[in-house]
Amino acid sequence: MTEPLLSIEGVSVDLPTARGPLKAVDKVDLVLAPGRTLGIVGESGCGKTMLSRAVLQLLPKRAKLGGRILFAGRDMARLSPEELRRLRGPELAVVFQDPMTSLNPVLTIGTQIVETLQAHLGMDGTVAARRGAELLAAVGIPSPEQRLRQYPHQLSGGMRQRVAIAIALSCEPKLLIADEPTTALDVTIQAQILDLLAREQKRRHMAMILITHDLGVVAGRTDEVAVMYAGRVVERAPTGQLFARMRMPYTQALLAALPRLDAPPHTVLPAIGGRPPDPTRPLPGCSFAPRCRYADLTCRNDKPLLRDPEGAGALHACWHPLP
Amino acid sequence: MAALEAGIDSIEVASVARRRRRIGPLFVVAAAWIVLIVSAAILAGVLPLPSPTDIDMLGKRAPPSAEHWLGNDGLGRDVLSRLIYGARFSLTVGLLAPVIGVVIGGFLGMMAGYFRGRLETFIVGGMDVLLAFPPLVLALAVTAYLGQSVANLTLVIGVLGIPAFTRVARAVTLSLSEREFVTAARALGATHSRILLRELLPNVALPLLAFFLLGVAVTIVVEGALSFLGLGVPPPTPSWGSMIGEGRESLDIAPQLAFLPAGFMFATVLAFNIVGDTLRALTDPRPGAL
Repeated sequence: MTEPLLSIEGVSVDLPTARGPLKAVDKVDLVLAPGRTLGIVGESGCGKTMLSRAVLQLLPKRAKLGGRILFAGRDMARLSPEELRRLRGPELAVVFQDPMTSLNPVLTIGTQIVETLQAHLGMDGTVAARRGAELLAAVGIPSPEQRLRQYPHQLSGGMRQRVAIAIALSCEPKLLIADEPTTALDVTIQAQILDLLAREQKRRHMAMILITHDLGVVAGRTDEVAVMYAGRVVERAPTGQLFARMRMPYTQALLAALPRLDAPPHTVLPAIGGRPPDPTRPLPGCSFAPRCRYADLTCRNDKPLLRDPEGAGALHACWHPLP
Repeated sequence: MAALEAGIDSIEVASVARRRRRIGPLFVVAAAWIVLIVSAAILAGVLPLPSPTDIDMLGKRAPPSAEHWLGNDGLGRDVLSRLIYGARFSLTVGLLAPVIGVVIGGFLGMMAGYFRGRLETFIVGGMDVLLAFPPLVLALAVTAYLGQSVANLTLVIGVLGIPAFTRVARAVTLSLSEREFVTAARALGATHSRILLRELLPNVALPLLAFFLLGVAVTIVVEGALSFLGLGVPPPTPSWGSMIGEGRESLDIAPQLAFLPAGFMFATVLAFNIVGDTLRALTDPRPGAL
C-alpha cells in the first residue's frame, strides 16, 4: 500500500441554520492513493459537495469543520491562508458542475487560462499563451488559438466544460476534484467529458474524486466508490465488487432508479419513495430506515456503523445487508 | 419543417443581434455634439472669439449679428463666447466630479461587498451618514469656508456622489461574489487582490461605467443648479447655470439669454446619456442581462 495522497478522517461539517445546526457531513472516512479514482455517489443534498468543499477548504465562512483532512501528509485545516493558496492550483484543482457560471463572463478564455499559468507557474505572456492553446487542444477544442480570444458565452456548454477542465489541469494538479462535471451537460457530451477526464488523469498520473448522483457514471471509470446518504458514507467498495454485489439497500435502490434502455415502453421507474431525512433533525437509527423496505425496529433505533464483516475490502453500514 | 423553423430562428436571432449592435444616427449626432462641445471648450482660447467678460454697455441684449453670432447678454457680453467658456467649466466639473465618485465609491463598494463583515457595516453606515447630510448645506459650507473655485465645487459634487457609486458597486459585488467563478478562482489559488482586480472588477466596471455617464449628466445639471443659486464660480467667469440665472431677469424681453444655455445643457446631458447607453450595449460581452 502506497502512502495515501488524501486521507479524510472522521470529517464532519456543520452548517448553522435558522432551525439549528445542519449536519451536512457526518464523520466520513475516506482514503485516496495517488493516481487512483474515487467515485462519490449520492442524491442531492447528501453532503457530496460539502465534503469536496471541505477538502478544498472552501466551506462557507460559518461552517464548522470537524475531523482531519490530510493532503500529502499535511493537515489542511492547519495550513495558513497563504500555504493553502499555494496548494490550490498546482496540487489541488476542481471542476465545477455548471460551466455556465464557473467561468468569468467578461474575460476571454485566453485571459482566464493565461493568468492562471502566469500566477502559478510564473510563465511570461507569450509562453503562457502558447501553453494555453496546447491545453485547449489537449482537451479536444478545435482551433484553440481562435477560441482563446472568445468569451465564455460564445462557446457551447460542452466546450465551456472543456475549458474549465483545461484551466483546472493547467498547473498539473496531483488531485482533481470533479464535482458533478457532467450534470449540466447534454447526454451525448457527458461520455466525451468523462473520457477526457479519464484520459488526462491517466496521462498525468493524477488522483481524481468524481462526484456524481449517477451510478452509471462511476461504473467503469473509478477504482473505488463511496455511496453517501444523509451526510454519511453508507457503502464503500472497489467499483467492480460494488456492482457485482451491492450490500446496502440504498445503493441497490439508486441503481434500480436508473432508467434502462432495454426496458419496455411505459415501464414505471422504481423511484425511491419519500425524501432524505431533515438534516437538522438527525434520526437515532439508520438515516435510510424510513425509506427502506427491509427496515425493522433495530434499524430505527440504532445507527449502523460502516464495517467490513467479511474482510473483503467492501464496507457497508447496514443491519440487514443484502446477500 | 425543421429546416424552415431553423431558418426563421436564425433570421430572428440575426435581426435581434443587429438591432442591439447597430449604431443609429442618433448616436452619431450625440457623439458629434459631444466632440463639438468638448473641442470648442478645449480650444476656446485659440478660437477667434470675443472675450466672454468684456462688457459693452451700448450693445446690451443686441440681437445676433455678424460680429456677435448669438447676440449679447444683459451686460453686452458675447453670448456664444460665454457659452463656450461656460462649457469649459460645466464639462470640467461634470467629468471630474463623477471620477471622484466612481473611484472612491467603486473601491469602497467592492471592499464592502467582497469582505462583508464589520468593514461592510462601517462603509454602509458611513454612506448613510453622507446621504442623510443635506447636500446644499454641505455645498454652502464648503464654498463658504474654502472659497468658490472649480476645484472646490468639483470636490463637493464628487463627494456627494460617492454613496450612489458605493451602493451600485457593493450590490453588484455582492451578487457576483456568490457566483461559482469566484469560488473557482479561489479553488485555483487566487489571492484576494487578484479576485477583486481580475475577476470582479471587469464585471463591476460595466454597470459602474453606465452609472458614471449618468453621473456626468446629473452633475452638469447639479452644477447648473448651484451656479444658478450663486454657489458656483464667482460672477465674471461664465458657466451655463449662472448664465441661466442672469438670463432670468430678462425672460420677457430677451428669452434667448436663459434658453440658449438651458438648451446647451439639455443637448449635452442628452448626448451623454445616449452615448453611454449605446456604448454599454456595444461593449457588454454578456448576452442580455447578467
